[in-house]
Amino acid sequence: MSAPIQVGMADLKTARAPHSLVTSGLGSCVGVCLWDEVTRVGGMAHVMLPSDRSGRPGQNPAKFADSGIALLVTTLLREGARQERLRAKIAGGAQMFAFAGQSDIMNIGARNVAAVEEELQRRGIRLVARDTGGNYGRTIVFHLATAALVVRTIGHGERVI
Amino acid sequence: MSEDYTRLTPLQLDALREVVNIGAGNAATALATMVQARVEMAVPRVELLPFDQVADLLGGPEVPVACVFLYLSGEAPARVLFALEVERALQMVDVLMQREPGTTVALDEMGVSALQELGNIVASAYGNALAELTGLAFLPSVPAFALDMAGAILDAVLAQYGEVSDQALVMETCFAAAGLDVIGLLFMLPDPGALEHILQALEVDAP
Repeated sequence: MSAPIQVGMADLKTARAPHSLVTSGLGSCVGVCLWDEVTRVGGMAHVMLPSDRSGRPGQNPAKFADSGIALLVTTLLREGARQERLRAKIAGGAQMFAFAGQSDIMNIGARNVAAVEEELQRRGIRLVARDTGGNYGRTIVFHLATAALVVRTIGHGERVI
Repeated sequence: MSEDYTRLTPLQLDALREVVNIGAGNAATALATMVQARVEMAVPRVELLPFDQVADLLGGPEVPVACVFLYLSGEAPARVLFALEVERALQMVDVLMQREPGTTVALDEMGVSALQELGNIVASAYGNALAELTGLAFLPSVPAFALDMAGAILDAVLAQYGEVSDQALVMETCFAAAGLDVIGLLFMLPDPGALEHILQALEVDAP
């Protein structure tokens, strides 16, 4: 099988079975995987923040939970997925550093996860598996042939969700 | 907006490089006292890097690194990250705890607190130099520690830059001591908006 397709930080890619998508070193970021089980087309977004509050023009939509999921859905529908068949798996959203009394900037991971969940729910996309939170990083590999999401960590084991 | 780092002029970049040079010089002196060895410092880099490439400075997003992270609060808040390869971190613990080289094979609570103290001293030396140059106050937070994938550590530190940019202004210094190749990398990341204050204080106009 070919090498997994790399998805960078604030990046988004789609692919078909038997390919797989990988994103390395998710900390507070969240990896959002969507797929259509019938057409076996799927995608992964590596989102950094809940939503764009800057008002700046020309922002990269893949950076934010709301616009990233929107773009991922649009792209997948264009590639033959059906909205009602889309399913989601997510991983990441850790709090890498904990400071006593620090502002919520530090808990961006939890805010990212909440924003992703909200956006999925708003679109009626069922979240079937998740591996979120904690205080450690994750590398995730999404296999489109099986929809298995492999989560690798340092010191916290490896699991398939 | 001032947060548009891409509009920094060569003069401003030079001024920042000088800040980093002096800050890192102070940090190197503090480091040398702690490890009781001569500490060399590479010419600092001040660069705008796409988020993806920042992790490459630490060997790639999946490479495990030991990091001490501090927040310098004040009018021009900044984040300071002191990152070491895991092997180097273990060697540093031996040096700091005055153990025989090779004694530390895993990081325990004592080792972590020794590294936090090291990060604290380095970051404070850096903050003091910045304060002297700019007349602004930089108050270091309690140091936080993580041993994890470089990408995971950096995305937690860089996330806030995502609001305003696709790039981070990275001020990076590399330290080395006799017998140890690379002690660690020190990153200084001014918060969005803080750069303007720093540049004003240095009397080079903000972009």
